[in-house]
Amino acid sequence: MKEKLESIREQAIKKIDEATEMGALNDVKVSVLGKKGELTAVLKGMKDVAIEDRPKVGALVNETREAIEKYLNDAKDKLEEEEMEHRLQNETIDVTLPAKKVREGHRHPNTKVLDEVEKIFVGMGYEVVEGPEVEYDYYNFEALNIPPNHPAKDEQDTFYINKDILLRTQTSPVQVHEMEKGKLPIRMIAPGRVFRSDEVDATHSPSFHQIEGMVIDKDITFADLKGTLEEFAKQLFGDDVKVKFRPHHFPFTEPSAEVDVSCFKCGGKGCRFCKGEGWIEILGCGMVHPKVLKMSGIDPDEYQGFAFGVGLERITLLKYEIDDMRLLYENDSRFLDQF
Amino acid sequence: MRTSLKWIKDLVPDLNVTPKEYMDAMTLSGSKVEFYEEMDENLDKIVVGQIERIEKHPDADKLVVCQVDVGTEKLQIVTGAKNVKEGDKIPVVLDGGSVLDGTKAVKIKTGKLRGVESRGMFCSVEELGASTDMYPEAPEDGVYVFEDDVEVGSDAIKLLGRDDVVVEYEITSNRVDCFGVLGLAREAAATFKKEFKPPVITETGNDEDVNDYIKVAIENPRLCKRYTARVVKDIKIEPSPKWMQRRLMAQGIRPINNIVDITNYVMEEYGQPMHAYDLDTIADNLIVVRNAAKGEKFTTLDGVEREMDESTLMICDGAKAVGIAGIMGGENSMITDDVTTMLFESACFDGTNIRLSSKKVGLRTDASGKFEKGLDPNNAINAINRACQLIEELGAGTVVGGVVDVYPQKREEITLPFEPDKYNKILGTDISPDEMKDYFKRLELKVEDNKVTIPTWRQDLECYADLAEEVARFYGYDKIPTSLPSGEATTGKLSNKLIIENTIKTVAEHCGFSQAMCYSFESPKVFDKLLIPESSVIRRAVVISNPLGEDYSIMRTLPFDGMMTSLSTNYNRRNKDVRLYELGNVYLPKSIPVEELPDERMTLTLGAYGDIDFYMLKGVVEEVFEALGLEKQVEYSPKNPAPFLHPGRGATIIYNGVEVGCIGEVHPKVAANYDIKDRVYIAALDTVLLRENASFEMKFVPIPKYPAATRDISMVVPKEVLANKIEEVFENKGGAYLESFELFDIYEGDQIKMGYKSMAYSLVFRAKDKNLADDDVNGAMDRILKALQGMGIELRS
Repeated sequence: MKEKLESIREQAIKKIDEATEMGALNDVKVSVLGKKGELTAVLKGMKDVAIEDRPKVGALVNETREAIEKYLNDAKDKLEEEEMEHRLQNETIDVTLPAKKVREGHRHPNTKVLDEVEKIFVGMGYEVVEGPEVEYDYYNFEALNIPPNHPAKDEQDTFYINKDILLRTQTSPVQVHEMEKGKLPIRMIAPGRVFRSDEVDATHSPSFHQIEGMVIDKDITFADLKGTLEEFAKQLFGDDVKVKFRPHHFPFTEPSAEVDVSCFKCGGKGCRFCKGEGWIEILGCGMVHPKVLKMSGIDPDEYQGFAFGVGLERITLLKYEIDDMRLLYENDSRFLDQF
Repeated sequence: MRTSLKWIKDLVPDLNVTPKEYMDAMTLSGSKVEFYEEMDENLDKIVVGQIERIEKHPDADKLVVCQVDVGTEKLQIVTGAKNVKEGDKIPVVLDGGSVLDGTKAVKIKTGKLRGVESRGMFCSVEELGASTDMYPEAPEDGVYVFEDDVEVGSDAIKLLGRDDVVVEYEITSNRVDCFGVLGLAREAAATFKKEFKPPVITETGNDEDVNDYIKVAIENPRLCKRYTARVVKDIKIEPSPKWMQRRLMAQGIRPINNIVDITNYVMEEYGQPMHAYDLDTIADNLIVVRNAAKGEKFTTLDGVEREMDESTLMICDGAKAVGIAGIMGGENSMITDDVTTMLFESACFDGTNIRLSSKKVGLRTDASGKFEKGLDPNNAINAINRACQLIEELGAGTVVGGVVDVYPQKREEITLPFEPDKYNKILGTDISPDEMKDYFKRLELKVEDNKVTIPTWRQDLECYADLAEEVARFYGYDKIPTSLPSGEATTGKLSNKLIIENTIKTVAEHCGFSQAMCYSFESPKVFDKLLIPESSVIRRAVVISNPLGEDYSIMRTLPFDGMMTSLSTNYNRRNKDVRLYELGNVYLPKSIPVEELPDERMTLTLGAYGDIDFYMLKGVVEEVFEALGLEKQVEYSPKNPAPFLHPGRGATIIYNGVEVGCIGEVHPKVAANYDIKDRVYIAALDTVLLRENASFEMKFVPIPKYPAATRDISMVVPKEVLANKIEEVFENKGGAYLESFELFDIYEGDQIKMGYKSMAYSLVFRAKDKNLADDDVNGAMDRILKALQGMGIELRS
């Protein structure tokens, strides 16, 4: 009996060693350990064994079964490992082949810049508001201290619908609409489309965008205007940017200023980009003129504030180094898809 | 505005700054310097030489060999210049010096010309960076020849006035005073804290009385605020002296003769235009300032006959008009070389009237450009007296004693309260009142008894804010501290409208559409291009009264022309698979003619060609609806699609019974009108209507615990039965367990009989609280199948 078990074990190990695939191992399992397998047959033959020998033989059979099972399982593990390795090797790809791109659309560069500007000012507690593009002469001019026949009206080359209605030449009328609402304090920016009768060329467009900003409260100062716009410039162009305020004139602000930032290409040394000046003009601003406050129903003795206006296209062209404004309105996909 | 820096330095004698320092400081104090040009930048080692001997060149017919005395030494110079003779004094650039060739600097070295040594070069005005325009005495072709009295060896650059710096400023329209050299010199003096020394105008004129020569009457004192006149007799027309010519040259003005030059000189200096009439042409020794008659014709001194209307102010004599006030004098009274007696006019006209008249007459001159800014009437008298002083200094004629000065209402200086606290409160500064007074003093604003007296040349100073700016300018904008607004905290936010628009942009971009920007105005021809019927109300547009041209003359009522034009641009540049979206307003008039502001409706427009079809575009539209929480109530109606759409491939988009847009393939005729030979798909949605219902609210629905039961239906459907009708059946008859349905196959063709299509749907049933048994679903399926059969649909097994 002992020899027989020994022989089963040796045969089984031999077959396991010879097996090169999982099927062969399963065959061994069935033929040796299965219900009709050789070892089971031995167990079935126990009835022929003397009663006193049965425990001993039983233990022997179990020992053989365990030994074969262990050997079989080790062989299975090894084979699985080999198969996995083989599979992984076969599945190797060329990771340097071109990617399959997800086709996303692109936001217009103007909008990208505007989104950034809005984010900066919303972060500072400003509300983003809008006003009509077709506007009354009163809001575009008169309420902004530009009376009829004022030369500034000529300078702005206005498109008129009739004598009272025009295409707004600036986003400043939104200031007046906001002030007339009578809700103070005000912190707002108003982006939007404006129109001037300039022929189309590389630096002009009859339709472009401005971003108006205004803060009205009891103690708003020119120093606040400086601080705010410096913060804005730093967030938009980077912490290293320097900001310069130059006196200027706008009918609706007093004192007024134009703001230059140090050229973000050369850092102020002077380059082709800033025409050698080291500075780039980005916006006009000032303290809201007392007459403008009064006309909009705000008492200039109690409230004061500042306002500023940024040319969106100007920033877009500078930021992305676009050399021709016409590209912004042609909508050539080779242009748009770059942003 | 431009000035010679030398002129400024004459008026501010202690000003000792480099052009760069001048530019930076003036810009920061408010007189923005655009650029400056050093006229001698590329000129070096140029002296006056005298030609002592001229001999033929041994080997060249066109060259001569000159022996030249340059003061320090004698040089042999070979030249090709034809206009020189022995004894002439000419500019000589020495060995190692430089001149200009066009705009390029050229170094001059000793060398040989055809074998003969030459140790320098004679210069023309062009080689000195100028033109014969500015040096009328220079020959058109040849080297410059000095007058005999110049010293040999002296600096030729200086003698020719090339040692000056031309400064170009951007002066804002409120600073009328800075359109004259004196005004800018006053600013420079204040900026650099130096003394300002304007010219001292001395008494001029002989014993006669000007009133015996001329009488002046102003008929319209509103438009002519002041008229001053003086008379000069025994006039000798000749070139003005070199110093005056050089100064005008630096100002960019061509010297003509003494009288014209004096007029121009004073206009530059004082910013006050003047005019000179030949007094012998003035009838009745009378000047009347009156409005023109309607249709009055007048020939200006440029020889052009012009027609006036009654708003234009004319200068007239006893019989006729002799000038258009403030714009241009007449041919009939202009100064000629034969003039003996002259009437000088220095007047002040209403700026707005001059501006409008200049536009109407179609003539803009240096004079009108100054008058239209609104000049200070008190300046007129200074200018005319200064001119007469120069007449006497130059010996150009005899000035008659006295001035005719008609000044109906004198402009007085105004005073404003001196309010240092208010200035500091606006600026956020803590500047002492004394410091402020110092700034004001430099600007000739007198502070006495807490009052600031404003000189009449500063018409821009009207209130405390203006004075605060004067303080800020001279304190220095750069020195004002920086802070952030204090006070009540406010919440930064976007309006609901902008939030919705941002959502739409994001969806469109995720779907592969790039953002386009199109103009708001377009041509009225677009309606024909888009096949819009003649009678359509959409043709009623807001019209621009002064457009850039017909192509930009109406405010768009439809967003499609911009999109089609953009797609066409891309198509014709062979860009493949283009997908664009635009978010922009259309402008719908509330009435015609326009009496109130039009309705501005923000519209989403999608347009694409190439890798796109109707259903893909419809998918994008549905994404938009879904993102706005509106997907439930959207319908696509094929009835009467918009005229620019393919009649069989277009739909009106209806939300909750209201038309909100359209979608479809562009009508092939329309595509052809835009030169596109491919199928084009467009859609538009009125975001105003969407905005009213949009919602970003979401509620969690529990994930199903029980499995679904799926049934497929395969049908042969009459072609005219649309999918939405079948889906309506599912929805109405599907019962409570119907969770969803999906079309998974549609086919028309060989195996299907004519007029039919094969469609297959998969229906998913599910209960929240149990496993569905067949019986639970069968009832619903029976109802559905029965209803479908009632619509002429055959079921396939």
